[in-house]
Amino acid sequence: MDSRASVLECRDLKKSYGDNAAVKGVGFHIAEGETYGLLGPNGAGKTTTISMVTGLLERDSGEVFVNGLPLTTTSIDAKREIGLVPQDLAIYPDLTARENLIFFGKLYEMSGSDLKKRVDEVLEIIGLTDRAGDRTEEYSGGMKRRLNIGLGLLHQPRLLLLDEPTVGVDPQSRNAILESVEQLSGEGMAVLYTTHYMEEAERLCDRVGIIDLGEIKAEGTRRELVQLVGQHDRIRLQATGPCAAGVEALASLAAVREAGVRDGGIEMLVDNADRWLAEILGKVSGAGVGISSVDVEEPNLESVFLHLTGRALRD
Amino acid sequence: MRQAWTIASKDLRLRVRDRSAFIVGIIAPLGLAAIFSSIFTPIENFDFTATYAVVDEDGGQVAAQFVQLLEQFGQTAGVEIEAVGSRAEAVDLVDVEPFSSEEGADAAFVIPPGFSQAVESDQPAGLEVLSGQGGIGAGVAVSFAEQFASELTYARVAVASVENLGGTDDRFAAGLRALAIPPPVNLVDLEATNKELAGKTFYAAGLAIFFLFFTVQFGVNSLLEERQAGTLGRLMAAPMRRSSIIAGKAIMAFILGLISMVVLVVATTLLFGADWGNPLGVLLLVVGGIISALGIMAVVAAFARTPEQAGNYSSMVAVILGFLGGTFFPVGQAGGILADLRFITPHAWFMQGLGDLSAGNVADVLPAVGALLLFGLVTGSIALLVMRKGLRA
Repeated sequence: MDSRASVLECRDLKKSYGDNAAVKGVGFHIAEGETYGLLGPNGAGKTTTISMVTGLLERDSGEVFVNGLPLTTTSIDAKREIGLVPQDLAIYPDLTARENLIFFGKLYEMSGSDLKKRVDEVLEIIGLTDRAGDRTEEYSGGMKRRLNIGLGLLHQPRLLLLDEPTVGVDPQSRNAILESVEQLSGEGMAVLYTTHYMEEAERLCDRVGIIDLGEIKAEGTRRELVQLVGQHDRIRLQATGPCAAGVEALASLAAVREAGVRDGGIEMLVDNADRWLAEILGKVSGAGVGISSVDVEEPNLESVFLHLTGRALRD
Repeated sequence: MRQAWTIASKDLRLRVRDRSAFIVGIIAPLGLAAIFSSIFTPIENFDFTATYAVVDEDGGQVAAQFVQLLEQFGQTAGVEIEAVGSRAEAVDLVDVEPFSSEEGADAAFVIPPGFSQAVESDQPAGLEVLSGQGGIGAGVAVSFAEQFASELTYARVAVASVENLGGTDDRFAAGLRALAIPPPVNLVDLEATNKELAGKTFYAAGLAIFFLFFTVQFGVNSLLEERQAGTLGRLMAAPMRRSSIIAGKAIMAFILGLISMVVLVVATTLLFGADWGNPLGVLLLVVGGIISALGIMAVVAAFARTPEQAGNYSSMVAVILGFLGGTFFPVGQAGGILADLRFITPHAWFMQGLGDLSAGNVADVLPAVGALLLFGLVTGSIALLVMRKGLRA
């Protein structure tokens, strides 16, 4: 793939600490408007990877290009394109939210009315306009997290790197953070999102890299990953009438791998529920079965991770 | 460089808010200087005055010599000498109650009849000192009389020597001439060449340079604080050279140190009467002192893992260097190895520089300033190497 076509291009990143190889040849790319997830348990190498991608950490080998610009620990131009939201809070508790934003804005060469305007915008985005003049030591954990994200967005980077931004966050703030990421991605920002929460990766990421022991075990869209390990969607129909006839009618569809009558309804395994759902419902209805509800359960990344690594995400 | 100033400005704002730099950099040294000043001011400002009565009931040659010496002493030491006619009159003068409106005397010398003759004939001779209420004035009078007796003995030896050499002069005339000969030790006002600072200035300067190391430590350790707080990563991810981060910290530490020193120099001068010397010379020494403190504290911080550890190490180093460098007592006067060893500390060079400045002109501080800058250069280079390596890891 042409590196200039991607916002982020990483090739064969390696990093060892003594004899311990933390990252062993990780490579991936992220396009404009795409959210890429690095999903793996603690200690998988996510933070080491993101540290190399941001130029915080000197890599042993490999290449990183941001918007076509090569990135090293000393790069300046490439770093302008990156917004970092570190895993741990990186804000000054003795400064107000506004002062924190202004300080980091100046480090990104912003100044004057442009900086002021952008600070106001970011405060609005993260919902801290009313508390902008308070010292952040007085903030709740969720407010601090939001500011932590705001600092990464301030200079309108083309690439936003979020390293487990929802760890230790209450459900309400977590949801707000996820919504913000969705919005930013929708606005065209490329996002690298590391997490060990399968639900977040499934909700946010266009593509996911399953990382474990410093290696990307598999990469692709959720569906590609699921298919990679041979898993199927599960469809449950709450039904009345001749359910057995409905099951028989489904036998003519190749995408339906398995079907049966269970708990007063029909349950089946399907290759691609999105693609075949309408046809399935047509077949079942055509057999005289009345359908009161449809429940589609796609195989999750947890099961993919388990399949690929032999252990659960939270091990 | 602009980003370094931004970092320095942010750090200064943080230090202003947590007030710790003010306490260590200004309030503590100023408070201690005030305490030391209150101890030394009464001694330095003490102005001795006394009134002595003298009764010459003898009228002889030796008695006349004593009175003459007493009058000479009175002229140089600010002592008023009052000749009275009788012992009773002298007793009345020294018996005056303190704070009474009557004018009295702190002590009275009574030269009894036959005093000169007794001395001339090598017989025991008594000189009476009436001390009244006692006190410093009376003590000085007793000392003066004892000194005269001592010199009289010296005169007798001198006379004996004259006789042994075959002299024919009247023996006591020769002795008295010997008394008039100035002592062989010639006391000269050493102020112009004195290399040690005077009391108040010594303590003001000593405390200033001692606390400077603690003040500068705030700036240097903030790099470790950034690491601990997680903000160092964000700084390192920003589009700037990593040296800008270190430069920002150094600028902040320098400014803190400069503010602290300037405030202390001005305050101790105005409030306690410390005499720092030529302002340009002082400024050169202050800048040299800050740079040396910056380098040394940076080395300590570079080898520490946490701000707490750095704080502990820095305090130990600052106290050891402070004591060794003679900021609390003039180590140079102790002599021996300690007097030489002190010059391995910037504190000693700073104090030496101020001593040189008080004795000479601005150019005289240059060796001390050079030594201070060398301290800063060597230690700062080591710190920079270690810190840059740390920022790469």
